[in-house]
Amino acid sequence: MSEHENKIHDPKKYWLDEPRNVRKVIGAVFVVCALLFISDAFYHKHSHFAVEDWFGFYAIFGFVMCVLLVLAAKLMRVFLMRDEEYYDKDD
Amino acid sequence: MTSLNPGLILILGAIPVVLIPHAIRRFYLLVLPIVGFAVVHSLEPGTVVTYETFGMTLELLRVDELSKVWGYIFNIAAFLALLFAWHDRDTMQQVSALIYAGAAIAAVFAGDLVTLFVYWELTAISSVFLIWAARTERAYRTGLRYLIIQVGSGVILLSGVLLWYADTGSIEFDHIGIETLAGKLILLAFGIKCAFPLLHNWLQDSYPEATVTGTVVLSAFTTKLAVYALARGYAGTESLIYIGATMTAFPIFFAVIENDLRRVLAYSLNNQLGFMVVGIGVGTEMALNGTAAHAFSHILYKALLFMSMGAVLYRTGTCKGSELGGLYKSMPYTTVFCMVGAASISAFPLFSGFISKSMILTAVAGEHRWFIWGTLLFASAGVFHHSGIKIPYFAFFAHDSGRRVKEAPWNMLLAMFITAFLCIFIGVYPQALYDILPYPVDFVPYTTAHVITQLQLLMFSALAFTVLMLYHIYPPELKSTNLDTEWFYRRLLPRVLNRLGGWIDRADQAIRKESLVIIGDVIAMIERNHGPESAMSRTILAGSMALVVITVLLLFLVVVII
Repeated sequence: MSEHENKIHDPKKYWLDEPRNVRKVIGAVFVVCALLFISDAFYHKHSHFAVEDWFGFYAIFGFVMCVLLVLAAKLMRVFLMRDEEYYDKDD
Repeated sequence: MTSLNPGLILILGAIPVVLIPHAIRRFYLLVLPIVGFAVVHSLEPGTVVTYETFGMTLELLRVDELSKVWGYIFNIAAFLALLFAWHDRDTMQQVSALIYAGAAIAAVFAGDLVTLFVYWELTAISSVFLIWAARTERAYRTGLRYLIIQVGSGVILLSGVLLWYADTGSIEFDHIGIETLAGKLILLAFGIKCAFPLLHNWLQDSYPEATVTGTVVLSAFTTKLAVYALARGYAGTESLIYIGATMTAFPIFFAVIENDLRRVLAYSLNNQLGFMVVGIGVGTEMALNGTAAHAFSHILYKALLFMSMGAVLYRTGTCKGSELGGLYKSMPYTTVFCMVGAASISAFPLFSGFISKSMILTAVAGEHRWFIWGTLLFASAGVFHHSGIKIPYFAFFAHDSGRRVKEAPWNMLLAMFITAFLCIFIGVYPQALYDILPYPVDFVPYTTAHVITQLQLLMFSALAFTVLMLYHIYPPELKSTNLDTEWFYRRLLPRVLNRLGGWIDRADQAIRKESLVIIGDVIAMIERNHGPESAMSRTILAGSMALVVITVLLLFLVVVII
């Protein structure tokens, strides 16, 4: 193992330290998503299932399922989360 | 050379490692998998080398297209992992990594179930040292649990093989199926190593506790050997479709709330295995091709992700999301390599996961299994969410932890670079991989529809992450343990045993106490009858005895005289 020297002092400013730039990144995600959503109008799907032909199906499915995933996982914490040393105590 | 099981190159090559000085040993270790790769390449499909013993025919070497795919990738994985561990001077890890990788390769080329069993167990025994090499109390205990489960899988395999031999009179390893008890037992043995739902937790328990380099080695072999074995023995087994679909879905929930980033990766490893198992269950040529291709690309990007987290652990001393953040400032190359791995596992177009996972999804859709297809689609979005975004985000970006460390050592960077290169190469030029698949490939990954729909799925998952972060709904990384099935054997079982022990103890105390009373009574009774002054032990004086004898003699004399 190396000595793990975790220096804290670092005066250098990085691009992402600027909140303005973070907003740019987030804005880019929104723009890309909007473009991808609209692009559904411009190509033909070789679909196996009827739902695939809905406009923007993959986009909506991805968004909704991920939100549900996170909410469900948050709910799981209520039941499943213990402190870090849970198993170390009289294991 | 063509009659040699290529796995033996690494296994036998491990023996002289101890004798070779460190400076030469580093090169020696890297040469072995290169030779192994060359030997695999030289093997002609159809080659069989048999050995007769105890009336059984062992197939020490059996080569076909399926085994060759695994032979190639296992040697590549061994090379990359050893390069990643170039700086490490721990002989124990070097030897166990070689034997472990060699055993996995040898198992893939084993043509019969007995030979498979031998190598199956060898992978278990050799790999545990990669966990123990962390040399902590925690790792020691984890290793023991790992070993019990892995060896247990082998024992079940052996019982299944014995039954199979009794039923069929053959030990050849081909299609087995689940119709017989033997088939079910062997499936269970494979299922344990493949981390089937409810049998999975050894994976998340052990891999994050291994050494920085050990986890990289572990991630490649055991589970993918199990995938190979399933593909060989259970292709087209309907129930595997449902097992696999469950595997893709449930680990991602755990991955979202897990704090240890190497454990997050272990959960997503589990999820990726699910895709392969579904492919095996579908069992068509395209599905099996998809499984083989996905195993190949998965080994690479999973190793890459474990390498990047290993580098973080090596430099910072922790892999916990709650303690990391902002590392892109001091480990920029590692950040980029991690993101390549993340893009690959998420199946972004132009990365390896895209060209392999889409085969499985297309095969499933071709069978018109809408529910399974929907589950896999959900799992695809989910894997991007937790492996694709969460891992790089919490390690390298997020809230700056203030940690400023050195970039990873050059050998780690080189190993990550080569692995990242391969991930992109396969993604950009999939034909290279398709050419070595077991069946002819009739599949075009890059169609407009494929690319756009996949990008929509992924980018809107990213959008979901962004929105949840902006509104502070996304669960923060917390120091925690999340209960999983291991709770049953790490908590419930010890508790039950303790309570049972308590009962036994109390019953034992009561029985002892009662017994002592009874024994006391018996002793008292004996004492009453046989003790001093008691009826049975009254002594008669020697004088009276003499008197009796004299009387008897006198009587005798009188009788004789008369």
